[in-house]
Amino acid sequence: MIIFIVSLISGIISGMGIGGGTILIPALIIFFNIKQHIAQSTNLIIFIPTSIVALYFHTKQGNVVKDVLKNLIIFGIIGSIIGSFLAVSIKSDMLKKMFGIFLLIMGAYEIYLSKKEKAHPKQM
Amino acid sequence: MKKSFKVALIGILTGMCNGLFGAGGGTLLVPSMNHILKIEQHKSHATAIAIILPLSIISSIFYISKNMVDWNLTLKVVISNSIGGFIGAKILNKFTDGTLKLIFGIFMIIAGIRMVFFK
Repeated sequence: MIIFIVSLISGIISGMGIGGGTILIPALIIFFNIKQHIAQSTNLIIFIPTSIVALYFHTKQGNVVKDVLKNLIIFGIIGSIIGSFLAVSIKSDMLKKMFGIFLLIMGAYEIYLSKKEKAHPKQM
Repeated sequence: MKKSFKVALIGILTGMCNGLFGAGGGTLLVPSMNHILKIEQHKSHATAIAIILPLSIISSIFYISKNMVDWNLTLKVVISNSIGGFIGAKILNKFTDGTLKLIFGIFMIIAGIRMVFFK
């Protein structure tokens, strides 16, 4: 039951445009003691159906910019192959520490953004 | 720097981050598109989803092929996460003073310290 609540909250946060996986992955690891690789694959796989639905609406509204799309996907796939190959080759404890460092950077970035939003609130 | 080079670099870094950490591709891609490629914020956001979708499929294949997946957990999370995502998108514009970002930024820092220094 508690897993439903945690992922509901992380879903709400990602829907609001904050984090997403950067909240869900540490939550799964810290609260449920799930292995690093498993938490990461969970986040990758759940993104697939969620993004298909979101993309359907965005495409209809014409928000997807076509001219850079193809090249970003091609180079993105090259990067994905390198990154995933590295991830599945690294031991879980090591990957967890690397992810922790990544979280520190992302957390600092969110705090920086929060100060910017406070200084210049968006138009409602 | 030529635009095509910038695009290649942004693409590779986004893919690497998404594959290595299973997250964070969008956090990198959206501001890069917005500031470096000069694409409007909401279009950057939508386009980023179209890019990260195929990247997540590729990365998922690697994790699945190595049996690094818990389908039971994934199924539980996907249901409540999508309901949450829908609620989040609806209330998106109600919190724009940065407080939520600050709270979750602090959460990420605490979680990061725990993951780096403790078992």
